Amino acid sequence: MSIALEHVNYVYSPGTAYERHALKDVSLEIEQGQFVGIIGHTGSGKSTLIQHLNGLMKATSGNIYYEGQSIYEEGYDMKKLRTQVGLVFQYPEYQLFEVDVLTDVCFGPKNQGLSQEECEKNAREALELVGFPEKYYRQSPFELSGGQKRRVAIAGILAMHPKVLVLDEPTAGLDPKGRDEILDQIDHLHKETGMTVILVSHSMEDIANYVDRIVVMNRGEKMLDGTPREVFAHYKELEKVGLAAPQVTYVMHDLKERGFDVAADATTIEEAADDIMRSFHD
Amino acid sequence: MIRDITIGQYYPAESPIHRLDPRVKIVCTLLFLISLFIQNSLLGYVIATLFLGCVIHFSKVPVKYIAKGLKPIVILLLFTVVMNLLLTRGGETLVHFGIITITENGLRTSVFMAIRLIYLVAGSSIMTFTTTPNGLTDGLEKLLHPLNRLNVPVHEVAMIMSIALRFIPILLEETDKIMKAQMARGADFESGNIIQRAKAMIPILVPLFISAFRRANDLAMAMEARCYHGGEGRTKMKPLRYKGRDKMAYIFTLIYIVVIFMVGRFVPFKLWVF
Ligand SMILES: Nc1ncnc2c1ncn2[C@@H]1O[C@H](COP(=O)(O)OP(=O)(O)OP(=O)(O)O)[C@@H](O)[C@H]1O
Ligand SMILES: [Mg+2]
Repeated sequence: MSIALEHVNYVYSPGTAYERHALKDVSLEIEQGQFVGIIGHTGSGKSTLIQHLNGLMKATSGNIYYEGQSIYEEGYDMKKLRTQVGLVFQYPEYQLFEVDVLTDVCFGPKNQGLSQEECEKNAREALELVGFPEKYYRQSPFELSGGQKRRVAIAGILAMHPKVLVLDEPTAGLDPKGRDEILDQIDHLHKETGMTVILVSHSMEDIANYVDRIVVMNRGEKMLDGTPREVFAHYKELEKVGLAAPQVTYVMHDLKERGFDVAADATTIEEAADDIMRSFHD
Repeated sequence: MIRDITIGQYYPAESPIHRLDPRVKIVCTLLFLISLFIQNSLLGYVIATLFLGCVIHFSKVPVKYIAKGLKPIVILLLFTVVMNLLLTRGGETLVHFGIITITENGLRTSVFMAIRLIYLVAGSSIMTFTTTPNGLTDGLEKLLHPLNRLNVPVHEVAMIMSIALRFIPILLEETDKIMKAQMARGADFESGNIIQRAKAMIPILVPLFISAFRRANDLAMAMEARCYHGGEGRTKMKPLRYKGRDKMAYIFTLIYIVVIFMVGRFVPFKLWVF
């Protein structure tokens, strides 16, 4: 077991007019190597949740275990935890600051105390992993496009060789092509390195194709937790909280209601297409 | 973390102080600040404390929240106290140890200076806690209106002030975000000597400046897109008008000022009991 949360609560600005109970009794276990999607409406507590995973936020109550050890224990090495659980923030391009791309990606490994050569080696590998073109390595990070900046920021985390990669809406504000490219790369990375990946998103459509498991957050509570198939079966409840199952779920349910012999639980377009074809051939 | 800084922020609540006309709050705050400096007796400070306590009580802003606002001035406070304590001469010598000499006057001055500084910040934070930035701008603009004749761009100055106030929480939030993002990359802001710590600020400051400029630019564009063109010919949707409670507040503050002035005048300095 890689990460476990036990009855985690978090309250913003307790005791003031701005008080906000952002996480309510969240318990969660994430196995090593899993690809987990966390989904929820705006303000449901996704970003708050994941900032607990590497100790950037401390739970108001409850406990968090990384590899079996409580991270709130006296003298726990937070800095090491942060390099093992790599967290890519929402709009990470705003954290870039160095004179060129390569140096910026080196920032993480340098903080880990690696030598200059090692830093650069890790940085180059990471940039390659996210598919960043080599000819821009010496460019200022401020002169890149949004999607390229996003890649650099993700590489900045990957260069630290984390065991768990947490991404907060890595595709927000990207066009469909940029979005698919980034998601494909993350998927590739997951398969290649076997690292645990936790992906936060607004959109079921985006992540249904990739993840093994979906956790649905609603108003700070864990609402659903299961494989995409299990979660999408509750599509009516999802709608109530402002989310939606992928379009294919609706198409398949409609088809089934009109008497076609299809399985209603397809989660991806490919799966649905195969199923429809099969029902025609039968 | 850094979001704990509450200076210049608005604290939403339903209270008589919140409902006052912003002009009243600005003028009364100024009078209160002046009152701190026209007297120097124990009795005067007791009266000032009562006045401030009353206002805080009625404003419904938690004392904890105001105390948090004092955090940024702690260093200034310590510096003032130590300087006054060590450098003021006169009166009886209380402690004499090597080069350190603490006199009665020094002790008194430093204690009073500390109280003044704390009340100064607490008093002005009560104003910003209970007035929205928009209210503050409107009030200031109206109060300074006569200066228009002297070609002072009153509206612009007030606008700049309110934008600056509005940006404090935004930039704090941004700083918090960037700090966390760099900490996620293993940055360390807590250890090391002064030079190392200053250097560790670069990964925060560069993105912060870039984002501040970007925001300023966006704001300018948004204002122009809504045909903002300065104060000329601009009317108000809710013009400020004094009501009964505003007059009451003025009277209350005036009484306070007169009392404290009298105390400063006629109660002998030596009423200092220790
Ligand atoms: N610094 C803060 N102070 C007070 N409340 C906050 C703060 N940050 C977030 N919140 C509140 O906590 C709740 C959860 O916020 P969070 O950022 O975790 O949502 P989210 O699921 O990531 O939303 P989004 O999809 O918009 O990113 C929201 O209701 C938000 O208003
Ligand atoms: Mg978020």
